Amino acid sequence: MGSPVPGAEGTPLAAASSTSPGLRPPTRRSTELFMLAFAATLVTGALILVEANQEQELSLQILWLGLAYLGLLTVAHLAVRKWAPYADPVIMPCVALLNGLGLVMIHRIDLAMADVKLPGNAVWSPAAPKQVLWTAIALVLFCTVLKVLSDHRTLARYGYTAGLLGLVALVLPGVLPSFIAPEINGAKIWLSFGAFSIQPGEFAKILLMVFFAAFLVSKRDLFTIAGRRVLGLDLPRARDLGPLIAAWAVGVSIMVLQKDLGSSLLFFGIVLVLLYVATERAAWVVLGVMMFCVGAVVAWKLFGHVQIRVQNWLDPFADPSGTGYQIVQSLFGLGTGGLFGAGLGGGRPDQIPEANTDFITAVIGEELGFVGLAAVLLIYTVFAMRGLRTALSVRDTFGKLLGGGLAFAVAFQIFIVVGGVTKLIPMTGITAPFLSKGGSSLLANYILVALLLRISDAARAPKTTPKPRPQQPAIADQFTVMVERPK
Amino acid sequence: MNTPLRRVGLAMMAMMLLLLGNATYVQVIKADDYRKDPLNRRVVLDQYSRERGQIIAADGTPLASVQRVDDRLKYLRTYAGGPVFAPVTGYFSTLYGAGGMERAEDDLLNGSDDRLFARRVSDLITGRDPKGGSLQLTIDAKLQQAAYERLQGVTGTVVAIRPQTGEILAMASTPSYDPNVLASHDVDVQEEAWVGYDADKSKPMLNRAIHENYPPGSTFKLVVTAAALAEGKTKDSEVDGRPVITLPGTNTPLPNFNDTVCGNGVTASLQEALAKSCNTAFAVLAAELGPDKLRDQAAKFGIGEQDLSIPLSVVPSTLGPMSDKPSVYQTGIGQKDVRVTPLVNAVMAATIANGGVRMQPHLVGKILAPDLQVISETKPDEVDEAMEPAHAQALRDMMIASENNTGGGGKLSGVTIASKTGTAEHGDDVKSTNPHAWYVAFAPAEKPEIAIAVIVENGGQQGLSATGGRVAAPIGRAVIGAYLGGR
Repeated sequence: MGSPVPGAEGTPLAAASSTSPGLRPPTRRSTELFMLAFAATLVTGALILVEANQEQELSLQILWLGLAYLGLLTVAHLAVRKWAPYADPVIMPCVALLNGLGLVMIHRIDLAMADVKLPGNAVWSPAAPKQVLWTAIALVLFCTVLKVLSDHRTLARYGYTAGLLGLVALVLPGVLPSFIAPEINGAKIWLSFGAFSIQPGEFAKILLMVFFAAFLVSKRDLFTIAGRRVLGLDLPRARDLGPLIAAWAVGVSIMVLQKDLGSSLLFFGIVLVLLYVATERAAWVVLGVMMFCVGAVVAWKLFGHVQIRVQNWLDPFADPSGTGYQIVQSLFGLGTGGLFGAGLGGGRPDQIPEANTDFITAVIGEELGFVGLAAVLLIYTVFAMRGLRTALSVRDTFGKLLGGGLAFAVAFQIFIVVGGVTKLIPMTGITAPFLSKGGSSLLANYILVALLLRISDAARAPKTTPKPRPQQPAIADQFTVMVERPK
Repeated sequence: MNTPLRRVGLAMMAMMLLLLGNATYVQVIKADDYRKDPLNRRVVLDQYSRERGQIIAADGTPLASVQRVDDRLKYLRTYAGGPVFAPVTGYFSTLYGAGGMERAEDDLLNGSDDRLFARRVSDLITGRDPKGGSLQLTIDAKLQQAAYERLQGVTGTVVAIRPQTGEILAMASTPSYDPNVLASHDVDVQEEAWVGYDADKSKPMLNRAIHENYPPGSTFKLVVTAAALAEGKTKDSEVDGRPVITLPGTNTPLPNFNDTVCGNGVTASLQEALAKSCNTAFAVLAAELGPDKLRDQAAKFGIGEQDLSIPLSVVPSTLGPMSDKPSVYQTGIGQKDVRVTPLVNAVMAATIANGGVRMQPHLVGKILAPDLQVISETKPDEVDEAMEPAHAQALRDMMIASENNTGGGGKLSGVTIASKTGTAEHGDDVKSTNPHAWYVAFAPAEKPEIAIAVIVENGGQQGLSATGGRVAAPIGRAVIGAYLGGR
């Protein structure tokens, strides 16, 4: 090793390469387009398999459908190319594949349900066309968010507004009278306007994440002040427990007012993770988990519907045709599918209740087998990991917190829903992001993707206006200047 | 913030690993349990969309076959003979499962039977659609048709057996049902038919030959006679000839039918007592033999066998407890608690015809591969020597005398029939309840080719005045005539 040379040559060179206009980092948009085309091909292939196995007429229409899907994706891709050129190239293809597979499965379940005798001679109304429409709307929304929100840090300014809106949206269906907020399948989470209904909770999830990220970034230092040290853990001061308790209270109230265990768990988990990331202190997690346990035990003691869910989890076969029916049918589907599945279109999704919403992953497990279910889980994992990478590489703390939160939200949601379907945890009834039928869920999750892409664009883009560094001579070369002592 | 973010990443990976681990447990380790669970309808539903094997009569006439149709289930089950063969073929319904031979040999017909294993493997390799094996029954299609036609207008059954082999040649039961409608792919048609049959008081879906047992009445005197012959009595042995006796220890009279005088009014020969069906003679004879010898002889004919399967399950026949002396008297004339299925009564006739050797009754002649190659053939199976050959011959002669003493129409010229009739009282008020009319026989007496049992419930159209001779014998003779004349 040679002696250190002042003003070593390596450093200015590196700096020059990142600022020089000729050597910009690759946007990797073409990679994204290639992967989107691959996703569209896979989705079209899945559709062809379904149609073939269901003995539908195989026509060129399928190819047109596939091309139409690719067209939609291309529009989204162009929006990304224009408004977030440096965004992560893997996230969008993951979403495209999941959403496309979801559409195919929803269509497949439509075919199965068309043959089923519904009570009261009702006719099954196909859900797939609606979901295609929702996908188109969601992509429009996605583009709009990318265009309007040119810098994610702007959101931090609206933290409290987002928090208030989120809270209202979350609680609204629970407190409104049932003619506008009907109870469906035991949960009161819908706002219904005639034929059209939305689930405000899906949007509240994102709004509240924005609020918590903004709030925690601005008040971050407060929460890192240690209180007492108990059993090797630095407990926070009692007065700093406010946000955690508030989150816990909101979670409990969702559960009580809306009987929506899944959202309650999801929401509480997200807040805990945000707190932990913001403060870097495990004590919050320990405290939060303890509070969760207390809440869970109390809820179990007080509410019959919680007890039923726990019972069905412990032993669904105790009442296989009654309360345990859903989970038993889901397990039968998964077991019958086995390792390689019954083949797309070869299963019996009509046997599984709520097949195109909460139990869509059970249908995937039945028709594509463990291999297919694992592949879907891995796509989610890739998505979440790319989101996390975005959070790791972005420079501002708000972006880190929001990005990490968004990535975790998707992973945790899939854990709750697939865990419920496969009897790992009690079934709580939430949707699988991008896969399940449901407009609100799709819209909200595409907003989530737009936010993640926006943050990742910020993380990967070269600084737009590289300020020329003031050319300062080495400190050794400088003169010593006498300054006047301030008075 | 990056350290906690990385830990969140680890937590997400852990969640995914948990999901994958649990999915492995459900879809690989527990898969078989779930797949085979009786509550899991998937496997059953799959069988409906596979090409099911045929059921054919002894001469190859198709009784149940499949027809390729243009819907999801692919194959429609059709029954050429419909109600004629329904007691044998049974039904195959998507809503109500299977019955009869469709159920008993379901594994073979649906192709999952181990006997078809080698072919299944080759199907797997060559990619052929798996098919079920076929069944060739012992049923003589023309005889079955004749039996069914002769039973029109009455509630009853005819069972015909080849004495030397135990092959069941006919098993008709009326009223019957049409399995075609139960196999309809229109669930409404199925449901309407099933509900209708189920509500019908005449129980059209009951196979009266094997799923119902009746008091055998005077046909049981054959068992008593066989036991007496085994004890050294001959056709000329003197038995009680009084027209009426009083049951021991009671004031209940037990008269002969129509107060018939047997012999000299004090004693009569065994042959005359059987020919005239003298109640007093057999009541006293039964008491002399005692319950144990009666039970032994009955067991040798198959009465009391608990798990007879042809391979349709047959309800057990029984002598009842015979707990006191009057019961033994009444048992001697086939009343009290004696219950016999028409099949077992036919087996008794066949055993006498076969020189006292009882053959295992069976319906399946051959098991065929999907390409109709013979996989296995049922070998005649000797179950028991119920009577010594000389005694069987003596009993046959007495039955010829009985036939000659029996009225009723349809006597066949040129064929010697050996028979015994029965008029079995039943119900709480025996004097005002129409009796069941029985006829068991075999022919030709010198070299028997067919043994039959006929029962007409509640005397058919003759009501209270019905007797076995008047109601059942003409049907039996016609069936024998159809068989012997139809060769």
